[in-house]
Amino acid sequence: MMLQTSTRQLTLGQAINSALRRALQEDDKVLLLGEDIGKLGGVFRVTDGLQADFGSDRVMDAPLAESGIIGTAVGLAYRGYRPVCEIQFDGFIYPGFDQIVAQVAKLHYRTQGAVRMPITIRVPFGGGIGAVEHHSESPEAYFAHTSGLRVVAPSNPQDAHSMLRAAIASDDPVLFFEPKRRYWVKGAVDEDAPGDIEHAAVVAEGADVTLVTYGALVAVAKDAALAAAEDGVSIEVIDLRSLSPIDFDTVERSVKKTGRLVISHEAQQFAGLGAEIAASVTERCFDYLDHAPVRVTGFDTPYPPSALEDHFLPDLDRMLDGVDRALRKPNSLTDWKADE
Amino acid sequence: MPTTVSKDFRLTESHIRQEDVVQLVTPAGVRVANPTFDPWVEDVGPDQLASFYEDMVLVRRIDTEATALQRQGELGLWPPLLGQEAAQIGSARALRADDFAFTSYREHAVAWCRGVALPDLLRMWRGTSASGWNPYDVGVATPAIIIGAQTLHATGYALGCQKDGVDTIAIAYFGDGATSEGDVNEAMVFAASFQAPVIFFCENNQWAISEPVRVQARNHIADRAPGFGIPSLRVDGNDVLAVHAATRVALQRARSGGGPTFIEAVTYRMGPHTTSDDPTRYRDPDELATWQGRDPIARLGLLLQSLDVDVDALDRAVTTKADETARALRAGCLALTAPEPLSVFDNVYTGAHSWLDRQRSQYAAYLAQFDGEA
Repeated sequence: MMLQTSTRQLTLGQAINSALRRALQEDDKVLLLGEDIGKLGGVFRVTDGLQADFGSDRVMDAPLAESGIIGTAVGLAYRGYRPVCEIQFDGFIYPGFDQIVAQVAKLHYRTQGAVRMPITIRVPFGGGIGAVEHHSESPEAYFAHTSGLRVVAPSNPQDAHSMLRAAIASDDPVLFFEPKRRYWVKGAVDEDAPGDIEHAAVVAEGADVTLVTYGALVAVAKDAALAAAEDGVSIEVIDLRSLSPIDFDTVERSVKKTGRLVISHEAQQFAGLGAEIAASVTERCFDYLDHAPVRVTGFDTPYPPSALEDHFLPDLDRMLDGVDRALRKPNSLTDWKADE
Repeated sequence: MPTTVSKDFRLTESHIRQEDVVQLVTPAGVRVANPTFDPWVEDVGPDQLASFYEDMVLVRRIDTEATALQRQGELGLWPPLLGQEAAQIGSARALRADDFAFTSYREHAVAWCRGVALPDLLRMWRGTSASGWNPYDVGVATPAIIIGAQTLHATGYALGCQKDGVDTIAIAYFGDGATSEGDVNEAMVFAASFQAPVIFFCENNQWAISEPVRVQARNHIADRAPGFGIPSLRVDGNDVLAVHAATRVALQRARSGGGPTFIEAVTYRMGPHTTSDDPTRYRDPDELATWQGRDPIARLGLLLQSLDVDVDALDRAVTTKADETARALRAGCLALTAPEPLSVFDNVYTGAHSWLDRQRSQYAAYLAQFDGEA
């Protein structure tokens, strides 16, 4: 008998759509709430066709009020529902910030466990699509800094599908950051694969340097690893997947093997996840490190006009530059000091 | 109680100006006829009025005892409800057991009506837990400290009731200050758009800490809701009967698919905002005296007298009960002790979280070093 396979080629956006569809089918307490998610199917068409199939009672076009979307989801969760909120763009989440950090994150703790907040908040995040202001931000550190929330970011269609299903199934609130410039990238998706919103994945094995990243930059890091291999440098790439909690055991194992750590994210450097990862890995692996952890990140500026975003966003070359620093090779970002 | 709204009753058309505040009992305790609202309380006889009276006396005693406990260092903070007993009792006593209230932090009388146990009223204020009760046991959410946040929660809960096809409703309690918050306005947008079975119950107690209501609203607060498509009522918040009638109207609308209603209960915070506040810095003593003349408990006592109820006997019985309640509250308060240290890590997440679990283990090991020490 042939083994039944449910694997399909889907874009990351379609993979999320199929995860939402499965969740709506399997649990009538799941409902979607967001701006323009109905007939339009969302500005990225991620919810395409769902309102037509499940009705406006389950796929609800919300008024244009982010605090209202999150706060209403809190009340629905009180009532036993599992709302999946869509925030249209990363830069639009701030009006909902208070409800997320003061209510969603804390109600389970505040009520000694009596009230659960199984709310999933989907947020397209990151740059690289030539968008205008407020459409390319990386606000994940704000939420990873908040106890009570889980924060995850898939990097490929398979993870997008299975991690979203796991997020919706989780009784904890989950911030689900979707790498928007990867929405149109295709990959094989097994729609029955179990989801994992706790563990990192080693997506390229290597021996010389550990390169930790997540979201859209995972693809860049894999390219960097291929390019470095041509120069005889072996990079191990870790896709964090979960930003809260961070799977430090996987990172620690890798760093103890390679002795060098490079962290890359699009978000600005100061007080970003890279700082936490550098500090925690240093605490855990101090005696194994051959070089201080190196960060390759966005700059400590607002996200720039799109004509400048290629400078702002870490790319393959900047990642390799960071790898050079970790290997104590001549490096453009550190060598200026030698000229002083 | 009538079970239907008569067909010619249109809340929006009877939309009320300040001079038309719904009042069924004057400050002198005189019952005034009101053809619109009288039918909604025609079943409320002397016995039920006496039970409202008892509720109000008891919660006032609970409130003054808690204030005293704070002054004696047993509570970190207490926000007194003094003066707002009628607004809270009149509305909360209209709710059904399966309804759900989302309050801010001053609704001790609402919690009392819902059956919250005495010491549970104090847990949060004593700092021995983040909240006092299981919301599902009593149909009251844990109090919201962030101003206005709970109005959205009530709206979402009401939407859930609507989806469940039940006639359970949600009621949100908030103050006049909260009406400036975006959340309250967003809640009204959501409630109106989805016709959620929710009641917005604003206790306009005239003061948001030191800011008078005119800093929040140029027109009457009740005037705002119709702009959202939500009918509103302005009711004398120190008249327990009028509040009860208005809440019943709103409940009936919500239960029958009529959607949200906004009630502005015009009342007065006779005490400070909290025990940390000093209202003498900002409040005219004449204003306080005026409102003391509108005391909700005294008013109901006078009405009961006019109904030939033996108020002296009622007072004696209620005072005895209030004394017992105060004693129980004090004993319950003193029995609330700090939970064990590692419980600080409990209930952040519903299951494992690797960072937090590591911190818990590390702190447990740290604490274990002190085992055996005095």
